[in-house]
Amino acid sequence: MTQPNLSVDIAGITLRNPVMTASGTFGYGSEFAPYLDLEKIGAIITKGLSLKPKAGNPTPRIVETPGGMLNAIGLQNVGIDTFIGEKVPYLRKISTPVIVNLYGNSLEEYGELAGRLDGIAEVAGIEVNISCPNVKQGGIVFGTDPKAAFEVVDLVRRNTGKPMIVKLSPNVTDVVVMAKSCVDAGADALSLINTLTGMAIDLKSRRPILANITGGLSGPAIKPVALRMVWQVARAVTVPVIGIGGIMTAVDALEFILAGATAVQIGTANFLDPSAAETIAAGIETYLVENGIADIRELIGALKTDR
Amino acid sequence: MQFKSMVLSNVEVSPSYFRMRMTAPPTIGVSCPGQFVMVKVNPAIDPLLRRPFGVFDLGTFETEFTDCGRQTYLEILYKVVGKGTAMLSTLHQGDHLDILGPLGKGFTLGDPAGEKLLVGGGVGLAPLYYLAKELVKESRVHLFAGGRNKEDILCITEFDRLGVETYVATDDGTLGAQGLVTEVLEQHLSRAGANATIYACGPTPMLKAVAFLADKYGIACQVSLEGYMACGVGACLGCVVQGKDHSEATPDYRCVCKDGPVFDQTDLLWS
Ligand SMILES: Cc1cc2nc3c(=O)[nH]c(=O)nc-3n(C[C@H](O)[C@H](O)[C@H](O)COP(=O)(O)OP(=O)(O)OC[C@H]3O[C@@H](n4cnc5c(N)ncnc54)[C@H](O)[C@@H]3O)c2cc1C
Ligand SMILES: Cc1cc2nc3c(=O)[nH]c(=O)nc-3n(C[C@H](O)[C@H](O)[C@H](O)COP(=O)(O)O)c2cc1C
Ligand code: FES
Repeated sequence: MTQPNLSVDIAGITLRNPVMTASGTFGYGSEFAPYLDLEKIGAIITKGLSLKPKAGNPTPRIVETPGGMLNAIGLQNVGIDTFIGEKVPYLRKISTPVIVNLYGNSLEEYGELAGRLDGIAEVAGIEVNISCPNVKQGGIVFGTDPKAAFEVVDLVRRNTGKPMIVKLSPNVTDVVVMAKSCVDAGADALSLINTLTGMAIDLKSRRPILANITGGLSGPAIKPVALRMVWQVARAVTVPVIGIGGIMTAVDALEFILAGATAVQIGTANFLDPSAAETIAAGIETYLVENGIADIRELIGALKTDR
Repeated sequence: MQFKSMVLSNVEVSPSYFRMRMTAPPTIGVSCPGQFVMVKVNPAIDPLLRRPFGVFDLGTFETEFTDCGRQTYLEILYKVVGKGTAMLSTLHQGDHLDILGPLGKGFTLGDPAGEKLLVGGGVGLAPLYYLAKELVKESRVHLFAGGRNKEDILCITEFDRLGVETYVATDDGTLGAQGLVTEVLEQHLSRAGANATIYACGPTPMLKAVAFLADKYGIACQVSLEGYMACGVGACLGCVVQGKDHSEATPDYRCVCKDGPVFDQTDLLWS
């Protein structure tokens, strides 16, 4: 059999395979260059970027929980000026598309940041993280209110001509409502899920383990929830959906694709095995070859729900 | 680098402290003292994350199983404190581990003419042994080892054998002087030369006290820190500590995994 096609299209970005690295778990790519071939993965999504440098939360920021981990990094990042000065030159050297994950503490910040990134040729697209509190409006999280989400996405849309992915929070009553709201506002694709809010307590000290008290749960523990949400959203919208949550192996990734994901993102798995994204991409290819499937696109949403 | 390693031995050297020797590729030899490795204790998802351990020793031994007749080994010295280390302690010769490393920035050996003062608290001795091995080649080395009791004082005979002059202090006086290791250190600092260097690893309160003494006596001091780590390569930002210029407005966070684990004491915010 000839080589199967692994290439997919997300919002006008052509990926050589459907495996991307998730924001916040892969730095700016260079950190992982010693361990895998960056040219063998579909896309790199960089650490959540804000207009100004952000200090992040006090430590402890991470703790392991059964089958997962909680993090409360607090979106620490270098800010756009340093990003342009220090990170973009490296990204220029790789042909793999680089998608910049961004967030703001106010509506205006989202708009301004999107506008500034619009002019940078090395940026293939943006992923808008709406799981952040709106500091100006009492800290309500953009991504948990359909109206606030619409406003953010609509404003970003008006400030960028780049392909725009909107990353959804799972900490909502109905993820489909949020998804539709973002698509109505102009999202070219949706990615989900971000981390599930959780907490861990140390009985001995009777204190929360994280300095921030709560944190975001990621890793294998969240995979069933993520699969369910991806399945629900993929059925309800026409834009491509990117599946994220606890993907450790090619089998996990293929399950998300069956549920309707056009591509997947690898997060926590990068910490266990820094070459995970490359290994998973290769594993998907092997699966296609072994099962005589000519094109990965045949599997997208191919879940059989009849009994 | 990332490599598969085989356990060669795993010995309990003191109650709940283990010393594990494992195979390593020959190219690991380029590492410098103070670096660490991230160990995946099993291939399952529980425990999920890798666990960081300082490099206790590196070397080669004679074997008939490799082409060149020598096998490179890596040793870690660890204390059982939770799930991961408990699992590690049950491994036997022939078991396999996945290892990432050596990682991070280690100790700077500096001017060989200066006296080298190593300060270790409990399992903080781990990275100091490999450091001592390098330092004794050219310098005079002293070790100040502290712990709660004599069972926390590890591998002292190994340091002795290197020719290191050792001083011990325990909280309960079951070995060496009774009291804090920093008290013993201070007696020595008052007569140490200006070109001496302190190398410290141990619990944060001890490191803080050592940094304070280093300032007081104007002696250079490198400290090896711990942090909660997920990636070990500077990507997750879980392991950070505050650098000397840190404030909310001008964040100065340093990654223990990438900028450290060894830092010049004066580069850190100790408050
Ligand atoms: C750079 C570096 C080098 C290290 N070198 C050594 C070494 O040479 N020998 C050694 O015995 N230990 C070393 N440690 C600490 C070691 O990594 C932890 O003890 C280990 O990860 C605990 O794993 P666990 O699953 O047994 O414990 P867990 O079940 O994860 O936790 C048990 C307890 O240990 C604490 N703990 C867990 N991880 C850490 C951590 N990274 N730092 C501080 N406390 C922690 C938790 O708060 C908890 O109370 C080092 C840590 C770092 C960051
Ligand atoms: C340490 C850490 C940092 C993260 N930082 C970000 C971030 O900056 N922006 C973002 O949108 N998501 C961030 N995430 C969420 C991940 O991108 C991903 O959505 C989540 O971890 C679920 O995937 P996983 O189970 O494969 O890790 C972070 C996750 C982790 C574990
Ligand atoms: S452990 Fe991830 S940045 Fe240090």
